[in-house]
Amino acid sequence: MPLIALAGNPNVGKSTLFNALTGRNQHTGNWPGKTVEVAQGRCRYRGTEYQLVDLPGAYSLVSRSPEEAVAEAFLLDGTADCTVAVCDATSLERSLILALQLMELTKRLVVCVNLTDEAERAGIRVDIPALERQLGVPVVAACALREDGTETLMARVRAVCDGYEPLQPQRCGCGIRGETDEASDAIAAQFVLRAQQIAQRCVSREKQETASLTERLDRVLLRRFSGYAVMLLLLLGVFWLTIEGANYPSMGLQWCFDRLGELLRRGADALRLPPPLVGALLDGVYATAARVVAVMLPPMAIFFPLFTLLEDFGYLPRVAFLMDHRFRRAGACGKQSLTLCMGLGCNAAGVTGCRIIDSRRERLIAVLTNAFVPCNGRFPALIFLISVYFSRGSALLGAALLTMCLLLSVMMTLAGSGLLNRTALRGEPSSFVLEMPPYRTPRIGQVLVRSVRDRTLCVLGRAVIVAAPAGLVIWLLANLAPNGTPLLQSAAAFLNVPGRILGMNGAILLAFVLGSPANELVLPILMMILTSGSLLGAESSAAMAQVLDTAGFTWREALCTLVFFLFHWPCTTTLLTAYRETKSKKWTLLAAVLPTAFGCALCAAVNLFLHLFA
Amino acid sequence: METTLDQLREGDCARILSLQMRGAMRRRLLDFGMIEGTSVRCVRQSPAGDPVLYLVRGTMLALRRQDGRQIAVEVVSCR
Repeated sequence: MPLIALAGNPNVGKSTLFNALTGRNQHTGNWPGKTVEVAQGRCRYRGTEYQLVDLPGAYSLVSRSPEEAVAEAFLLDGTADCTVAVCDATSLERSLILALQLMELTKRLVVCVNLTDEAERAGIRVDIPALERQLGVPVVAACALREDGTETLMARVRAVCDGYEPLQPQRCGCGIRGETDEASDAIAAQFVLRAQQIAQRCVSREKQETASLTERLDRVLLRRFSGYAVMLLLLLGVFWLTIEGANYPSMGLQWCFDRLGELLRRGADALRLPPPLVGALLDGVYATAARVVAVMLPPMAIFFPLFTLLEDFGYLPRVAFLMDHRFRRAGACGKQSLTLCMGLGCNAAGVTGCRIIDSRRERLIAVLTNAFVPCNGRFPALIFLISVYFSRGSALLGAALLTMCLLLSVMMTLAGSGLLNRTALRGEPSSFVLEMPPYRTPRIGQVLVRSVRDRTLCVLGRAVIVAAPAGLVIWLLANLAPNGTPLLQSAAAFLNVPGRILGMNGAILLAFVLGSPANELVLPILMMILTSGSLLGAESSAAMAQVLDTAGFTWREALCTLVFFLFHWPCTTTLLTAYRETKSKKWTLLAAVLPTAFGCALCAAVNLFLHLFA
Repeated sequence: METTLDQLREGDCARILSLQMRGAMRRRLLDFGMIEGTSVRCVRQSPAGDPVLYLVRGTMLALRRQDGRQIAVEVVSCR
């Protein structure tokens, strides 16, 4: 099967083109032997199947970020039958730099000038035949979003793969890097000059009368007061929609799980299964998994798409731009705002995302502090605690309180980063360049598919896979009583003193410990501990609140639990990811200890304050 | 008038004279096409005054002032 590689700068619509070519026919996975994930897919054109690989976005093949190294290694392998250099018609000059470098590495190249619709709106015209003459390889204009030009692109790709296309790439013949840094710089400058020369011959612009949409939006979104105000309002809005919207599907799911539970129990009775087996399977495995799904799925299914919409719109780099000075003062990289945002989805993803930070020191700071922001596994629990004990059913107040939780998280991220910068990871903030892409209309359909399939179901699936065996273990702990008291109760009693010092109790602390595989588990496990694993059908928030009430839970415990939810050790998946990224047991340990230390200190302080003054 | 990139005010245009840093950052700037003679426009400062957004070869780039200080430029009138 012919293999086609897509290469290009970030933000040139490479993934959109990949999606347009492959349709739903794709998956993300590690390319054999490489550790950076690349998306792969298949595409059928005129009876031939093609395999497509979406290489990570790269600004150049000469710099050495992990993504760029992967792209270069892949191209040097020579495994691709054809490489497509995806260029941005609105800034052709810049994207040509990479295309020219690609031309040095491979002969079988097709250049795709994408985003022609945006260029048209900006009054930019690219002379495709002239560009083809200048480069000596096929050039195709496309608008991947509307699937314009993809047919022509595949026709040219096919011709290249089959060897029909006469290729005379106009190379400079200088390779892509020299013996010394100076020589490499000189070669890099050559590519820039050549790109500039070609762009001068092939690109024409009409003078624009009005400012572009991006310009007009940035005037508001990047200004002193309005910028921060909009950032807060967007956050508040996302949380409000999540809380308000999650209510009804949550109740529906709970109803379904209750009915299913009853059916299963009746079935078990009819089969005359031994009671311990029924208990382990239904009260342990089923109840835990059902609670995880019922509590976690609705908020996740709303939060992930909303967040992906903002990401697709191009808002996240603006957050990094507005927040950079804070991170600079903490001795960290401005791109840490981006990894922080990724952490809101999933801390493990956030830790992987830290690869975008070039400096090793600043990357470590970002990895070690990522768990300071609550991930999607923790949001539903936070929402539950807030709505039961503090906002009393008002979604807007709940959203405001949740926004305050997040602000506290960001403050602690900065404090943690600053602490690391002054102790274990001393150093000067290094330089960085952040590209600010133009705003783009989000592709609603793709956003839904991507956020629901790739994110929500993936995260939820992982939680359920962990929840089922965890439910079994906890049921066993709740029912095995070697000395008369169930193991779970003894463990909770053992943890009672540290739990009390932190303003919670032994049961809650034990739930956090046992919930280490996934934060989604903490609340269901707490339910199991408090009810000794004996209840089924308590998935609804009201029923859970009832259980907590009976256990003597007040707003004080709820407040400390809330704080500890925000700051404690990351889940095991995140820790494993941190180990994979840092390759060091020491840093992985610190990634667990740092947020825990912050959480313990904060909880103890809150507890002390409440004891003294309230 | 010769100055450094970080000294430009919003709306100023300039031509790069030289990059006075080495290593990774220098190469990163080269990737974005920032070489001697490249035109740059200062688009806007962030609310805190740092970083600053520049338009370079059709792309908007945010740079911290400490990095801009190492880029020598000549102020020119915007076309």
